[in-house]
Amino acid sequence: MKKNTKLALNIFCLALLAAFLWWAQDNLNGYKVQVLNLVAVNAILAISLNLIYGFTGMFSLGHAGFMAIGAYVSAILILPAAQKEMMYILEPIIWPFSVMHAPFFVSVLAGGAVAAAFGLLIALPVLRLGGDYLGIATLGFAEIIRVIFTNITPITNGALGLKGIPGYANLGWNYFWCVVTFYVIIKLLSSNFGNCLRAIRDDEVAARAMGINTFKCKAISFAIGAFFAGVGGALQGSLITTIDPKMFNFQLTYNILMIVVVGGLGSVTGSMVGAVVITVLLEWLRFVEDTMTFGSFEIAGIPGMRMVIFSIALLFIILYRREGMIGGYEFSWDSVAKRFGKKGDA
Amino acid sequence: MTLDMFIQHFFNALTLGSLYGLIAIGYTMVYGILRLINFAHGDIFMISAYFVFLGITVLNLPWIPAVFISIAATALLGVLTDRIAYRPLREAPRISALISAIGVSFFIENICLVLFTGVPKPMPRLEALVTVMEFGNIRILPLAIFVPVMTTILIAGLLWVLYKTPPGLAMRAISRDIETTRLMGVKVDRIIALTFAIGSALAAAAGIMWALRYPQIHPFMGVFPGFKAFIAAVLGGIGSVQGAMIGGLILGFMEIMIVAFFPGLSGYRDAFAFVLLILILLVKPTGLMGENMEDKI
Repeated sequence: MKKNTKLALNIFCLALLAAFLWWAQDNLNGYKVQVLNLVAVNAILAISLNLIYGFTGMFSLGHAGFMAIGAYVSAILILPAAQKEMMYILEPIIWPFSVMHAPFFVSVLAGGAVAAAFGLLIALPVLRLGGDYLGIATLGFAEIIRVIFTNITPITNGALGLKGIPGYANLGWNYFWCVVTFYVIIKLLSSNFGNCLRAIRDDEVAARAMGINTFKCKAISFAIGAFFAGVGGALQGSLITTIDPKMFNFQLTYNILMIVVVGGLGSVTGSMVGAVVITVLLEWLRFVEDTMTFGSFEIAGIPGMRMVIFSIALLFIILYRREGMIGGYEFSWDSVAKRFGKKGDA
Repeated sequence: MTLDMFIQHFFNALTLGSLYGLIAIGYTMVYGILRLINFAHGDIFMISAYFVFLGITVLNLPWIPAVFISIAATALLGVLTDRIAYRPLREAPRISALISAIGVSFFIENICLVLFTGVPKPMPRLEALVTVMEFGNIRILPLAIFVPVMTTILIAGLLWVLYKTPPGLAMRAISRDIETTRLMGVKVDRIIALTFAIGSALAAAAGIMWALRYPQIHPFMGVFPGFKAFIAAVLGGIGSVQGAMIGGLILGFMEIMIVAFFPGLSGYRDAFAFVLLILILLVKPTGLMGENMEDKI
């Protein structure tokens, strides 16, 4: 397929997405808009984890930690100084955090950058570990971040968390960042660097033998993943307008890991599909916790039932369709063209 | 710190460490054999306390039978999770089994949430174990002596099974090389089921004693002890039963003693284990008692 055709198709799709979001903003109710927002944020998080695990083969369970960093950095930057002064009732907020202020875009960028810096910091010691040990070490990192955030009250307001974060993260911002994440990661993976990452995933020793600086590549991949996890965290914080350390526990990481696995490891478009399906499924399943009426019978809502059904669904997927929904297949214009029998130029 | 207080802390640490060790054994045995972090193990630990609670409050059983029924039921549950969620994935990539384990963990936690609600339930306690004993200024619970003694007995029994009986031999063989063991005519799946049964039974024993020590049971009570016990298993060298026990004791003593000597750090209590884990992985990735595993090329 010609490059110009692809570009045109991409622009067309973006325009379609923009038109849809424009329409959704005005015509869908608040709840549905919120679900659409969550889809975008989850897609960002899933793609970033997929880069680390699905494409570089580093089993990382530290996503919640990076999200927490991104969310807190961004929230502290966009909260007005007066509001911060009022909210920190346990211990007053210390300078310079009390006066820092930045526009939303900059704050999200800063959240991602700080998360990436932490990603590099922990990458240096822990990336020497392989397999499950890396998973446990990164899980430990995320838990340490959570405990620290609970305890550094003058900066994070401790266990009370931050409330009333300005809700700048609307459909436009969320999907803007989602598209940016998608574009950057796709570009990265189609470059030579992407080939290095896949080589490391498939056989690290062989990759090193071929002259790839595996440690450097892994660290960069990890930091980029951490960056977008931080961005996702920052958006989520602004989206739900309140954050506290408890939110960023390991369950959050598991949820993202599930999206990645359900969508298909090593497929960026798979992560997008996974984000849509899992987010919508989780929200849709809320009906089982509501009170239901069948004629004259009334069944009281059962809290927790939603996650029971969800966990059973997850088990079914993993037991019967373990390669994920689209199974490592990557959607692209070339593959579509092939499917319809046109000859691709590539 | 006075000597009296130190002795009290010592017994607290010994209790906590023994319990971590008992849970860690389940992790280490399953990991040693299947290379699977059984994320559901902490929830197996949790559910044993609920079984005792049900036995006593619903079936009106006396304490001792309720405990034995709970241990048997928990062991059965462990075997069932393996049969349903892990065995079909033996040939699959390891991540699949891991996700499956996470699914099982979610399922057990949330089904308990549905059945018992999130409100903590008071654990019925055996009076004899929780009447405070006083020796001069030292006040300890009989439980603080009962737990380490019980743990020692259970470990001795486990080591006997592992090193003196044919199933134990088969377990050790599987952890070396599962395929060859299968070729030798060992019914591998049956031995793995037995491993899950033993690990879950030990977790049940730990869960019941934990609920006696901290008598509030709720659906998520297994999460943190589970993590810490896994860390204990890594610390001691995964795959080694003695290592798991030593790792558990180190972790228990560290948590209690750091908070005892530096009360200012008590807020960071849950982070100690993870810091220790990262440090030990950097210095000696195979743990204290673990064997060196070369990268296979």
